[in-house]
Amino acid sequence: MSKTGKSKRNVFTEQNATGTIRYFLPLFVLIILLLIWFMITYINLFPAYALPSPGSVWKSFQEEIRAGRLVNDIIASLWRVAVGFVISVILGIPAGLWLGQHLHARQAFVPMLNFFRFLSPLAWIPFAILWFHIGDKPAIFLIFMASFFPLALATMAAVATIPSIYFRVAQDYDYKGIELLTKVTFPAVLPEIITSLRVSYGIAWVVIVAAEMVGCQDGLGYGIWEARNGLRLDSAVCYMIIIGLLGMGIDRLLAQLTKLPNVRWGYER
Amino acid sequence: MKDKQSASHLILENVSHNYGSVSVLHEMNIKVNPGEVVVLVGPSGCGKTTILNIISGYIKPTSGSVVREGIIRTVYQQDGLFPWLTVSENISLGLRSLKDSSIHKKEMTELIQLIHLEGFESHFPHQLSGGMRQRVELARVLAGDSDILLMDEPFSALDYQTRLRMRLELVRLLEKRPRTVVFVTHDIEEAAQLADRVLVLSNRPATVVRELKIDTPRPRGLTDHGVIQTMKEILTELGL
Repeated sequence: MSKTGKSKRNVFTEQNATGTIRYFLPLFVLIILLLIWFMITYINLFPAYALPSPGSVWKSFQEEIRAGRLVNDIIASLWRVAVGFVISVILGIPAGLWLGQHLHARQAFVPMLNFFRFLSPLAWIPFAILWFHIGDKPAIFLIFMASFFPLALATMAAVATIPSIYFRVAQDYDYKGIELLTKVTFPAVLPEIITSLRVSYGIAWVVIVAAEMVGCQDGLGYGIWEARNGLRLDSAVCYMIIIGLLGMGIDRLLAQLTKLPNVRWGYER
Repeated sequence: MKDKQSASHLILENVSHNYGSVSVLHEMNIKVNPGEVVVLVGPSGCGKTTILNIISGYIKPTSGSVVREGIIRTVYQQDGLFPWLTVSENISLGLRSLKDSSIHKKEMTELIQLIHLEGFESHFPHQLSGGMRQRVELARVLAGDSDILLMDEPFSALDYQTRLRMRLELVRLLEKRPRTVVFVTHDIEEAAQLADRVLVLSNRPATVVRELKIDTPRPRGLTDHGVIQTMKEILTELGL
């Protein structure tokens, strides 16, 4: 054990030494990209309306902030994605757990689930409008449709591949029914569920631009559509940057789940 | 805890088992006495694990009868611990029947001391060495009110020296907490060092070809005369 302790410490010192580099390298790439962007717009390779300069994007960013629109749009989008995603989680994970445990249910439902998984959520837009009219609901519906299927399927696959030894041990110690599900099956797939949460959240967030084409009057996706209609690409880029940054940020938050002590095994083995 | 080994009963009568058209066990008769350590040795693939699966009730034999009384627990070759539970939480599985939390706590402390893992109570299995993990498994099956322990090559995934140590460890633990043990292995040293009785199995379909009683008291050194003698006999029986 002393050996393990030592090697752990080494890893830590190594991380500290590379810590500054870790932050510096992506920053470096960012600066290079910004410079290239700036150069291209500076020499007017493309007309200004087709490729806004960094400066004009920055200006539009300040405008949006001052008008208070940006904050409002961020909140609206976060709310829609959160609701759609949470509904997916609440329905998708139990569905996946159930399917994973029942072979015949899997045989019955998996082709259908796969079919819907491969339907782009954009295909549902006309239905979203007709069924849910305007407001948050169509967007929430589209986000749900985008994230439910991958989440349910990933959970199912994880359950179906739990080593049988866990169930034998569970039988030795009298785990049955609900207790078996919550104390054995669920913790056994939790690391994989967390991974699939991150993936399906990513999908949900990507869909926001399309989802807010429909019936919305605010939101980051709506902001982009409005910018397009007004040929204000500087504003569109500004919204794109916010969408990317928020997506990264929330993924970082979800990644924190992988640091829970009782799921570490899933990532270190 | 309590001396419940006398309550255990384990009898296999004319047990045969087929996987499809492959006959794995043929007319197997095994009686394990309370408190006895019976080691099954045999060539790999001869159906040793099938016997344990039949004893534990995990599979039903094609024909024959199984009498089992008492609480049965199994130690697996590896990865039998729940990786999402800490050392003490894993051991707690064995104490599930204890309702009184103060007794539970006392038992836990005692078990941790017994396997010399003080200070590792809140470590997770992946943070332990293979030998430590198997010790936790031993503590878990010994915890509470188990009667019969089934061991499915519990030390075969460990390195040689750790394996030697674990044998002595098992002898010591059984000294403190006697149990009826059915131990399956392909390691004849292990058999000679641990068993009250060795059952040598034939190739598939497995039958008991030789029964060796060993009266030398445990712990037995690997190079003790009695152990060497037993190993010779088993080797002869296996045609090696």
